[in-house]
Amino acid sequence: MGITQILFWGLSILALLGAILVVISKNPVHSVLWLIVVFMAISGHYILLNAQFLAIVNLIVYAGAIMVLFLFVFMLMNLNADTEPQKNKWLKIAGVVAGGSLLLVLVAALKHADMKNQLAVMNKGEIGLIHNLGLVLFQDYVVPFEITSVLFLSAMVGVVVIGKKD
Amino acid sequence: MYLTLLSIDWILLVEKAILIAIIISVSLLVAMYETWGERKVAAFMQDRRGPNRAGPGGLFQPLADGLKLFMKEEIIPNSSNRFLFVLGPGLAMLTAMMTSAVVPWGSHFHLFGRDISLQIADVNIGILYIFGVVSMGVYGVMIGGWASNNKFSLLAAIRGASQIISYELAMGISIIALLMITGSLSLKTIVEQQQQGHYYVLLQPLGFLIFLICAFAECNRTPFDLSEAENELNFGYHQEYSSMKLGFYLFAEYVNMFISSAVMATLYWGGYDIPFVNDASFGQANGQNLLAILQVVSLFIKIVIFIFFFMWVRWTIPRFRYDQLMRLGWKILIPLALFNMLVTGFLVLLRQNHWHF
Repeated sequence: MGITQILFWGLSILALLGAILVVISKNPVHSVLWLIVVFMAISGHYILLNAQFLAIVNLIVYAGAIMVLFLFVFMLMNLNADTEPQKNKWLKIAGVVAGGSLLLVLVAALKHADMKNQLAVMNKGEIGLIHNLGLVLFQDYVVPFEITSVLFLSAMVGVVVIGKKD
Repeated sequence: MYLTLLSIDWILLVEKAILIAIIISVSLLVAMYETWGERKVAAFMQDRRGPNRAGPGGLFQPLADGLKLFMKEEIIPNSSNRFLFVLGPGLAMLTAMMTSAVVPWGSHFHLFGRDISLQIADVNIGILYIFGVVSMGVYGVMIGGWASNNKFSLLAAIRGASQIISYELAMGISIIALLMITGSLSLKTIVEQQQQGHYYVLLQPLGFLIFLICAFAECNRTPFDLSEAENELNFGYHQEYSSMKLGFYLFAEYVNMFISSAVMATLYWGGYDIPFVNDASFGQANGQNLLAILQVVSLFIKIVIFIFFFMWVRWTIPRFRYDQLMRLGWKILIPLALFNMLVTGFLVLLRQNHWHF
């Protein structure tokens, strides 16, 4: 195994382990922290694919901003394993069945997907570099990109306006 | 060997390891003497003497402080979350240190027939990397505050985190204006551009001001140190901490201050460029190694000036109230940063069009 493969397997195991722990952790704050670990692992995968921009933006936006908001909510609500209401047994079973069928659908869909032509190139591809990404965004997809940025800006201005009310 | 397949040579690995060791020890050393400097500056401003017992001019005071912190009893509250309680300070320290990886501390040495770069990693997303690490820095404060299981700690942690998030926005927008001019995110490229032309503070005075204010807020320094406002929150998010775990939190603040000074010097004040000297011709005349040493010295002088400024402000300006802090961040700095971005974009376009409309 080369270094890339060792990293790939390490990151994959970390991501899966983290994802499982997100679900089975009793304490919601621990779940959020494990989710951050998952994001880190996924960013590591992006770096292996030479998509550095995507990796770091994933960290800034998801791990750095959204997860902090999650943490805010959980910490202020003071959720503990003791205070959490016990759910109905049938509800739990229904949840397991629904989740299982989703897994089945996903596996079935992925099994027939055309994987051969869509393999990502480890450690080489130039697509993810910020230079190429910028060219694509500002040449081929200018209008959607600009509309999205205006949307974000208006969200930000909206926050300021709401804050100004009182 | 797979390692050679991946074009990693062992000498480079050793070289980088040594560089990392040096940079980390220097950051810690600087942080140590920042605590001494802070007291001396405070004393100077308040017409006192400051620490003067341990060693000449109190120079050994940081060592004594460190010894005191190490020797103190380590208390982990019964009701706290043990693992996270210990993780918090470690995380704060880790994120403070990680930023130094992309700062170019000098051009390069020429030793043993090799060019040894004085930058740990010249990644092409340098600035974004710094942002990513800074946004991770929130977790050290939040986890520590929450795991202490103390209302005051939690309140302080939430204050600190929301402050950091709010000021990150304005900081990001002020950086966008700079990036429009540089066209590169690599810190090394930005420094090299400044060596050839002007320092970017001349082109981006408003952007620099916004960045400076946001850097104060990100480092939790006065006038933005609301997460450790003693008179409102007892002691802040590290109230339950003792011994070296408290020391780590306090130390991380000083490391942050050092690194953010380095980043500001790099982005806006020419980085390791020696002012009023043509670095390239100086290097040819006097040898590359001497040039590299002088460049490091030059960068450190800039950093020390910034650190002094941090302290100067701390002992001059009183703390904001929380609503004032949020108003400054959201209603003043963000619109100002947007305005700066628009003007910069306009001027950059105009220059590309050779100053014709």
